[in-house]
Amino acid sequence: MGDAIRFRDDEPHEEPAVTLDAFLGQSNATAVRLEPDEDARALLPHLDRLSLIEVAFPKFRDGRGYSAARILREAGYTGELRAAGDVLLDQIVPMRRCGFDSFAPETTLDLEAVERALYRYDYVYQKTVDIRPPVWRIRNG
Amino acid sequence: MYKYDEYDQSIVEARVEEFREQAERRLSGELSEDQFKPLRLMNGLYLQLHAYMLRIAIPYGTLSSRQMRMLAHIARKYDRDYGHFTTRQNLQYNWIKLEDAADILAELATVEMHAIQTSGNCIRNISSDQFAGAAADEVTDPRPWAELLRQWSTFHPEFTYLPRKFKIAVIASEEDRAAVKLHDIGLQIRRNEAGEVGFRVFVGGGMGRTPMIAPLIRDFLPKEDFLSYMEACLRVYNRYGRRDNMYKARIKILIHELGADEYRRQVEEEFLHVKTLGLDPPAGEFERIAAFFAPPAYETGLPDEIDLSDPDFASWVEQNVHAHKQPGHAIVTISLKPVGGIPGDASSAQMDLMADLAEQYSFDELRVTHAQNIVLPHVAKRDLHTIWKKLDAAGLATPNLDLVSDIIACPGLDYCSLANARSIPVAQKIAQRFASLDRQRDLGEVKLKISGCINACGHHHAGHIGILGVDRKGEENYQLSFGGSGAEDTSIAKIIGPGFSEDGVVDAVEKALETYRELRTEGERFLDTYRRVGLAPFKEAIYG
Repeated sequence: MGDAIRFRDDEPHEEPAVTLDAFLGQSNATAVRLEPDEDARALLPHLDRLSLIEVAFPKFRDGRGYSAARILREAGYTGELRAAGDVLLDQIVPMRRCGFDSFAPETTLDLEAVERALYRYDYVYQKTVDIRPPVWRIRNG
Repeated sequence: MYKYDEYDQSIVEARVEEFREQAERRLSGELSEDQFKPLRLMNGLYLQLHAYMLRIAIPYGTLSSRQMRMLAHIARKYDRDYGHFTTRQNLQYNWIKLEDAADILAELATVEMHAIQTSGNCIRNISSDQFAGAAADEVTDPRPWAELLRQWSTFHPEFTYLPRKFKIAVIASEEDRAAVKLHDIGLQIRRNEAGEVGFRVFVGGGMGRTPMIAPLIRDFLPKEDFLSYMEACLRVYNRYGRRDNMYKARIKILIHELGADEYRRQVEEEFLHVKTLGLDPPAGEFERIAAFFAPPAYETGLPDEIDLSDPDFASWVEQNVHAHKQPGHAIVTISLKPVGGIPGDASSAQMDLMADLAEQYSFDELRVTHAQNIVLPHVAKRDLHTIWKKLDAAGLATPNLDLVSDIIACPGLDYCSLANARSIPVAQKIAQRFASLDRQRDLGEVKLKISGCINACGHHHAGHIGILGVDRKGEENYQLSFGGSGAEDTSIAKIIGPGFSEDGVVDAVEKALETYRELRTEGERFLDTYRRVGLAPFKEAIYG
């Protein structure tokens, strides 16, 4: 495991994340891990008692987790949303834009490079779940 | 034409710097080729048989003369003095050094160009009708919508690691010059009975190893819902498209397996949710973009008659010039298919000349066609003869548009690391066999398309005559198929029988076309005759 990166001010969640099956089967877990083929919408009835949702990226090329993250944020989830696994420097920006605010990469990332990547683009074209205004909003007031 | 504002420019320049760092990390050895590959691929840089190939995006195939001159300049300075126009209306350089790639992108950025998403499993360059804004039969200019898609899809964070690449085309005519139903999403702009503009949405077409014609998913999508609906289409695909087998990962397989009705149901359900998120830009943004595509200031009162007493000029006008919606004007297609040439290639000098002609005679605009030719979209008819003479002097006046020598061919084994067989020599031999223009004209419209492997970059499935190069026990072998069409009567060509050697396939094409000549009725094209009589007489002539 590489070093974790967090963009949250609250205390990191200590409880280990349980599988989706285990979570749906037991009522008291507050952290869950979502595999790429699992439906993020299964969590929607339970968002208010979740503090951590960890989305697994076994291979960086498997982009299902980006949709999962956005779906969770679009539904109003405000807890920690962590991308875990094959998370590389060049995925941090799109992941942030899809609502991830915590990263558990397999290999430690160069924090300076992450910082540079996050501030490289002054503008974005799309409205997503982050707070960045799309260019069309800036243009049209 | 669309012009970048500070925001567009800032995004493209940031991309140049990002790529420069990535390339430096590779050159210093910090990144392995394996780690670098997905990064360079997202930027159109492929490692081919002999060198790096760099693919430049030409959004919806529209170029200014300044941009065309930049393409010529890059070919001269960094490549071997030529470039290759592709079936996605893009341009490829075949001999690029990794050390130069970032500098090339920086030069492109000075003329509002880039190589963003010209490869990788993301939304690729948006293609469109090469006659957009000029065609007499269009409902509206489709390019503002294509530009809206370009911006929306550029670095779309959710759709950067799709199961597979994703191609979108937009047209606004009943006549389909962009093969929309052979795209992942094909959009046809139309008006409903109330006169409102909206989209017919086809999803799940494609060529490749499993060719499919896209089913209709929405008959009329109101323009206000455009991007929300695109998000919904893509999200369903991103979540449920197959990722276990790259050959089954395109959206056409998902829709084939789910069925169009179930895919539609899922998209409509997702759309109801997405529509609540406020992702669609306000009408003002569309109007801002559309203003860039306002018709040019045509001269009025120009004559429609042309002096056609020069027979060579007349035959070029007959073949390569189309009707324009503005009286006294015409659309010129410059053939990049001289007999013996490489389909789609243009030298730097030719690119410069085409740029000059566009600047002088076509309101500074050029288009790239998916059939690998170049269009001057807005030409006054009185200038046609002058233009023709200048093109002729540069070897660019071959009057063969849509004739048998106007061949689409992929780069094939001469360049491409995926290819099983060469495409270019087959194209050259066929063009030479039918070198006589009288003979070509007599044979009429024949869309002949050649791919050097089953990935079908040469669109062989959509050819009236399609040729697919395969490797048979170490020998190049060519399968022949008939009956495809990328036009509004979209169909997929069928293999006619056992394959041929390189020379054998040229002979077989000739026998097929001679058979057509014997069987055709008045006004029938090869495709029409084939559809009417079926394969049997052709098969008999070729294999009998």
